[in-house]
Amino acid sequence: MNLDVAAIKADFPLLGREVHGTPIVYLDSGATSQKPRAVLDAMDTYYETINANVHRGAYHIAELSTTASEDARRSVARFIGATDEHEVVFTKNATEAINLVAHSWGRTNLVEGDVVLLSLLEHHANIVPWHQLAEERGTEVRWIPLTDDGCLDLSDLDQLLEGVRLVAVTAVSNVTGAIPPVRQLADAAHAVGALCLVDASQHVPHLATDVAELGCDFLAFTGHKMCGPTGIGVLWGRRELLEAMPPFLGGGEMILDVRQDGFTPNEVPWRFEAGTPPITEMIGIGAAVDYLEGLGMDAIRKHEVSLTDYALRTLGDRFGDDLLIHGPTDTAHRGGILSMCLRDIHAHDLSQVLDQHGVCVRAGHHCAKPLMRELGVTSTSRASLYLYNDESDIDALADALADAAQFFDF
Amino acid sequence: MPGLEDLYREVILDHYRNPRNRGELETPPALAAEGFNPLCGDEVKVYVLLEGDRITDVRIGGQGCSISQSSASMMTTAVIGRTVDEARDTLRSFKQMMSIHEHGLEGEDAPPDEQTGTSGLGDLEALRGVVKFPVRIKCATLGWNTFDQALGEALS
Repeated sequence: MNLDVAAIKADFPLLGREVHGTPIVYLDSGATSQKPRAVLDAMDTYYETINANVHRGAYHIAELSTTASEDARRSVARFIGATDEHEVVFTKNATEAINLVAHSWGRTNLVEGDVVLLSLLEHHANIVPWHQLAEERGTEVRWIPLTDDGCLDLSDLDQLLEGVRLVAVTAVSNVTGAIPPVRQLADAAHAVGALCLVDASQHVPHLATDVAELGCDFLAFTGHKMCGPTGIGVLWGRRELLEAMPPFLGGGEMILDVRQDGFTPNEVPWRFEAGTPPITEMIGIGAAVDYLEGLGMDAIRKHEVSLTDYALRTLGDRFGDDLLIHGPTDTAHRGGILSMCLRDIHAHDLSQVLDQHGVCVRAGHHCAKPLMRELGVTSTSRASLYLYNDESDIDALADALADAAQFFDF
Repeated sequence: MPGLEDLYREVILDHYRNPRNRGELETPPALAAEGFNPLCGDEVKVYVLLEGDRITDVRIGGQGCSISQSSASMMTTAVIGRTVDEARDTLRSFKQMMSIHEHGLEGEDAPPDEQTGTSGLGDLEALRGVVKFPVRIKCATLGWNTFDQALGEALS
């Protein structure tokens, strides 16, 4: 089924606004997505009708609040193919989800000399926690290199896996849109007794996600890139792993008992959710899941593939060699993320001109500096597509790029 | 609404196209410092050569956008031949010009005027429009902060 993009656009209040006197062209969903009315309403309704702290009060609205927030956990579990909703831990964002694994699982299980294998496509969120662990515990960070076309070079995978205890890899690059073979990496990790963590921040919003199909042990993603609010992320982990992990943060909610001489941690997932959780945001991410499921993830992916294909063709036709777009050219192996360099115009200058046309793109290193160094650039301008974008947005981008090329013509 | 011409004045584009005093100096005797703009990944390296308290040469390395590059280029022409104290006065005036104060982020208020004590900056006045684009202020001040850091090295 094809998406009715005009109707979808109308679901997103912000997309109706203008900037600098021209309709907004929002092409920065890789940074954060816009929010549909359904999500905004669900969060407002929560505050207006059942706001109460969860797992505490015995009164009516406290029960409703607890039920609504735990329903959201069930929706998220279903959305990623998890059969057990207790495997879904709510965090602040994907960054915190990965830090949780590094602190709790990493510090319990890894010792000096153990290797964490990363790919060169990783976001800083899936790099720095492992550097921190290495500094503290003497573990090693090792890198899977890239091929010339920006995919993972797995030709020496057996050698790379020596001494590896964890393979931590992105499911979709936030810079190039490249989609690595996660299943293959997870299987290879398991074959040497290692675990596999997947950073699915750019995957869950755009492609149907099934943890069993991916074959991973941990999956991290964030709510605000999938039509949900900021302030909520998800760590999914296999139950036996989570149950063997000590708490990350201490406080209320995460305990069964506290005594003068110690404490007994709560069951999973609450063991990892110290303090009052982001209840409204749980309601929000649940509503976002409902919204995306209503449209169908396969239809969303199909739309994005076809729009990415249109973008690559249109921009290629109009700018030829003047416009370098990083990443794989085959849309079957990439998400709707276009990291662009227009001649030698700096990304900051380019995005400034685009902004005058109401075109919102991200300029910079996209929190992936090891990858940027590999690509030989310090910054790119990144257009990232989502379900509410259509060909008119790509045309507006192309017109704005042409204007920038003219403005900086020297 | 501030337009592109408020930001990209001709003298800025000129310094971007033809940056003055690009390159390196041997350290020592030159002082050097490296600056980063974590927002966009820009990197700048500033070399400063002192004879007594007089700045006899400044060179700029690294890469960045038109605003950071032109600002650093203009800075070199403004401080070479001056004393450290004079250069620091210019730095203060420049940073004062770059501060947003209470000016609206939508850029509807007028930029700082001559009464704020920022006159005497010469070509650098062209960068006044940057304050209407708050995210670019860090670009304009990157070279200057790095220059200040290099001078700090001499005094430490």
